[in-house]
Amino acid sequence: MIEVKNLHKGFGNVEVLKGISATFDAGKTNLIIGQSGSGKTVFLKSLIGLHKPESGEILFDGRSNTKFDEDEKRLWRQEIGMVFQGSALFDSQTVEDNVMFPLKMFTKQSYKVMLERVNFCLKRVDLVDSNKKLPAELSGGMQKRVAIARAIVMNPKYLFCDEPNSGLDPQTAILIDNLISQITEEYNITTVINTHDMNSVMEIGQKIIFLKNGKKAWEGTNEEIFKTDNEVVVDFVYSSNLFKKVRQAYLNEIK
Amino acid sequence: MNYLEHVGKYFLMLTQIFKRPQRGRVFKEALFKEVEDLGIKSLGIVLFISFFIGGVIALQTALNLDTPLVPKSLIGFAAKRSIILEFAPTFCSIILAGKVGSYITSSIGTMRVTEQIDALEVMGINSLNHLVFPKVLATVVFYPFLIILAMVFGITGGWVAGVLSGLFSANDYIIGVRADPQSFLIVYALIKTVVFAFLIATVPAYHGYYVKGGSIAVGQASTQAVVWTTILIVIANYLLTQMLLT
Repeated sequence: MIEVKNLHKGFGNVEVLKGISATFDAGKTNLIIGQSGSGKTVFLKSLIGLHKPESGEILFDGRSNTKFDEDEKRLWRQEIGMVFQGSALFDSQTVEDNVMFPLKMFTKQSYKVMLERVNFCLKRVDLVDSNKKLPAELSGGMQKRVAIARAIVMNPKYLFCDEPNSGLDPQTAILIDNLISQITEEYNITTVINTHDMNSVMEIGQKIIFLKNGKKAWEGTNEEIFKTDNEVVVDFVYSSNLFKKVRQAYLNEIK
Repeated sequence: MNYLEHVGKYFLMLTQIFKRPQRGRVFKEALFKEVEDLGIKSLGIVLFISFFIGGVIALQTALNLDTPLVPKSLIGFAAKRSIILEFAPTFCSIILAGKVGSYITSSIGTMRVTEQIDALEVMGINSLNHLVFPKVLATVVFYPFLIILAMVFGITGGWVAGVLSGLFSANDYIIGVRADPQSFLIVYALIKTVVFAFLIATVPAYHGYYVKGGSIAVGQASTQAVVWTTILIVIANYLLTQMLLT
């Protein structure tokens, strides 16, 4: 579980995060949604330690990451898996080397043991026979799957995904969403996903946090987002006519 | 950002680079790859240019010493000194600053803008140490060998030019090359090479690592890196010459 307490972060005179508090549960897919510029990416990067917050606290199963010494910080980082928006695969390395990289850096396992783990993770993301390919030879969806395999290879306790299905076709986007959701439940990982995609919200949003202007404007589940009367959430989530109709149909059905 | 801030940031970067590598076998793999990418792949161009420039130096010297009062062996002597003292260490380093410097900036810069460096940081890896230290070590260790080869090829180029043009005899040239051997001059050239190699690895790495923006910014950073590395090599050349030879 990750607890965020009164998090503030700014750049120069611009305050981006204005005292966000939130809880992300283990074994659940926790979604952060909001308009562009609402502070989602800064929030996510603060959670994983790429931005240092000005004030506030982030507790990882009760441990504050701001109070870690160097060794604790290194160990904590090994508990984190991250899927970047553009996959961030090392383009000079093959798929196999990309996934094996954290194992090479942080374990003393033999090559055979590492390769077994890599193959297991690649199979888990439905990517076999691609071990020797370079990232440039893969489609966007396949690159995302390699990124997920790399993120889970160290058995992380926390998985962070920055817009994991951006730039993907709807079918592949759903596959990626379902894969993350399954992995989260299977390994009881605390997963935090930053997304714009309303399909993801409806499909896998077990807990949703809506950010607006650097503040938490709403919190709930994908069931609750249908029923909410919160104006800012309704304006954002149901901005398209299709979603308006879907919501109306849902509300009529539960009446 | 003013120049002083850049200097400060550059030295702070160096403190992160020179740390114990987190995993020896990964570092060793990276080091061999960098020796190949930054060193062996530069052999061809450096030796090709050295050979022809050596030839041109010998021809120019011969054409400008067209008097019976000066012995022909002076051509070989002058060519040897020019090549060892300046051409091989300085001119070749400037060529390498262009070739290798732009490669280092663009590869690290691309890693920055595609979040590959963020990925390393999230994993808990010191990205500067992981990416730049093998490059520094590869250039500092390999470039002295490269420059010695450049010296040999340059001097050989002068000899071939003389023989083919008939402006001086092979024997006169060899007598000149063998005259007044001073091993310190080679040491001086190699000291310069090590300093230049360090600049060639670290200045472009700085420009690539701290790039902000997209592909255009990476291109601009590569140009800036080559310009600044060249400027620093020229300044370092002057200072080292002043310190070591006067």
